[in-house]
Amino acid sequence: MPNKTFFWFFLPTGLAMILFIGLPIISTGIQSFYAQHDQVVKEVKKCDPFGCTVSIVVDQEKTSKIREEKPLGKFNGFGTYVDRNHLAVEEIGKFWNETNSFGEFVDQVTNLPFYKALIFTLTYCLFVTPNVLLLGFIIALSLNAVTRRIRGPLIFGTILPMIVTPLVGSLVLFWMIDAEGIIGANLQMLMDDPYLSLKSSKTLTWITIIIYGIWHHSPFAFVVFYAALQTVPQEPVEAAIIDGASRWQRVRHIVLPHIYPVVTFVALISLMDNFRVFEPIIGFSAEGSAQSLSWLIYDNLVNEEVILFGSAAATSMMTIVGIAILLAPVLIRTWKEFRTAR
Amino acid sequence: MRETNMKKILISLLFLLFGTSAYADCNIKSGSINILANDFPALRTFVETAKGCKGSADFKVTHSSEHNKIAVPALTANPSEFSARIAANSSIVPLMNQDLIRPLDDLVKKYGKGIQDSQLITIDGKIMAVAFMANTQHLYYREDVLKELGIAVPKTYEEVVAASEKIRASGKMQYPYAAAYKAGWNLAEEFVNMYIGHGGEFFKAGTAQPSINNAKGVATLNMLKKLAGLSNPDYLTHDSEAIKVEWESGNVALMTLWASRSGTLLDDDGDAKITAATKLTGPATVAGGNIPAATLWWDGFTLAKNRSDADAEATFRALAHAAANKKMVADAADQAVWLIEGFKPGPKSIGVIEAVKMKAKPYPMLPQMGLMHGALGSEIVEFLQGKESAEQALKDVEAAYMSKAKEQGFL
Repeated sequence: MPNKTFFWFFLPTGLAMILFIGLPIISTGIQSFYAQHDQVVKEVKKCDPFGCTVSIVVDQEKTSKIREEKPLGKFNGFGTYVDRNHLAVEEIGKFWNETNSFGEFVDQVTNLPFYKALIFTLTYCLFVTPNVLLLGFIIALSLNAVTRRIRGPLIFGTILPMIVTPLVGSLVLFWMIDAEGIIGANLQMLMDDPYLSLKSSKTLTWITIIIYGIWHHSPFAFVVFYAALQTVPQEPVEAAIIDGASRWQRVRHIVLPHIYPVVTFVALISLMDNFRVFEPIIGFSAEGSAQSLSWLIYDNLVNEEVILFGSAAATSMMTIVGIAILLAPVLIRTWKEFRTAR
Repeated sequence: MRETNMKKILISLLFLLFGTSAYADCNIKSGSINILANDFPALRTFVETAKGCKGSADFKVTHSSEHNKIAVPALTANPSEFSARIAANSSIVPLMNQDLIRPLDDLVKKYGKGIQDSQLITIDGKIMAVAFMANTQHLYYREDVLKELGIAVPKTYEEVVAASEKIRASGKMQYPYAAAYKAGWNLAEEFVNMYIGHGGEFFKAGTAQPSINNAKGVATLNMLKKLAGLSNPDYLTHDSEAIKVEWESGNVALMTLWASRSGTLLDDDGDAKITAATKLTGPATVAGGNIPAATLWWDGFTLAKNRSDADAEATFRALAHAAANKKMVADAADQAVWLIEGFKPGPKSIGVIEAVKMKAKPYPMLPQMGLMHGALGSEIVEFLQGKESAEQALKDVEAAYMSKAKEQGFL
């Protein structure tokens, strides 16, 4: 395609992307560098049905004047990024000097909210992505081998987890693993431990969320792989059969190399999706045991009675950087292949 | 001053006051009314009563348990999405901080006939809200279970622990105690109650500097952990609704729950035997203190600042009609502890009345309290899970709070 045609073809999409993705990201970036003005408070008398007390309130007259002059707030630079609730640079330095062993240091660092969330997010990505690829591929191969007559209903059944809204899917599982739910109660019987609770143990909660993630994301990998499998040329496969290649050898040497670009694509999308894990934490009410980066943003925006725009913006920016770092190896590889292909 | 007010509310709670009909004038001709409120039966009754007086005004209402998340953004818009917000001691603070609600003095003077002085929330001499019901968290117990095992009704949390252990030992129930310990707002609220019961202060006097990392804070956490050990192991996922279900399934014999939930707990739904044996008592004290480990709450209405005066007037008239409605109070006497003239407290009001008698403290109405509440909700979880010490948890709460308070300009 000539460059000019491509430009006109891409223009509407590009404009929409700048308007709906680019500008909000820039605005978020700017917000992350600002904090609220210093609050001017004054002592006043407050009376309610339970009596009167002398207490403090925000002095609106003075505050509104400051706000009008600088509506964005107080410039804070990277202040929010390095504070204790984010990168905690100062605290980590302190831990390094004060702790006696490396294990203790790691304990202290992982106790900080941002690192706690980062570790869960990375663990989730690390376990869910490869398993989604593997499971999706196995299902696609198996379905490709069954007779055409029952393939339709089977495919529909397989993509059901993806059709079910994430929140509903996780809620259903949440009730099943309840101490009195079908899975929870049976597990207690099986392990002979009436105190066993999937929801109260951190490790078990993590495992539950990861299993849910694999269940929910596999159909996507399956659909793409299944479509790719339809394009595998039959001649080399038949030739391999005549040469006596086993099923595994055919998959390993003919099918996989053929659908390799698609695998890269699914891996990319999966990584990106999994890094933003959020719904299952809400669905499983797992806030106590598992926090992800996206959940931190949500927490800053809605769980407090005061909205922490600066904090939320800083975490958002770091999530974007995190995704970029995660995707870098795959992107570089794709770019290199693209260059050699030309 | 405090004393006389206390008397006033006791009087209004305990005695039926005779008076002439105090119905507000309901001839509303124009304006549009849009109300944001939490979702529990008493508030639905209140808003329905207000609707009965809407006249030809446009009337809309949003009942949502997620009201806290919507309120500030919706009222910041100009014109604001809602003309009124039903708030409580804690949720009025962010509205005040951002200057989103209007003083009601003129409207009260003009249309506030029948509203009692004790219902008015005044801040710096200006009326900012009109309260209509009181709420607190107090103890519920199963009379049959306690009687069978010869346990006296607990008055302190130490007795609650002892009683729960006895019930567990008897083999009747595995997890005899329940409270809303869901990580986040609910758990933090339980900490606030217990800490106040220990006589603790959240901030260094006159400043926004935290001061919870002390012996009282540690004792508070240890008591919460003891109680958690006697609760269903999934306690970190249980909110008020979840423990209500636990209670109605007969799994629990002692529970700390909101007074406003007693209505649905004691209604005709569910096992009649459990309902009949469900009894209410005042909030418990802790560690030999004389004030209860509970906070007093009021629910009242506020009007949005960023909305036309005509809408504010129409909204006020409709809501004032409900806030001074003797008929509503008489009809819905068991839904809430109304602060409205003519309320005759029934058996479901015992918890709040006891709390007031025991001089329970109101939830602290401080501009920075929301940040402290938020930090508590996430940072004490690991202590309850046994993953860190009480001192470490409190240190984390203070550190998390300080970062947020710095960002918000309080420190």
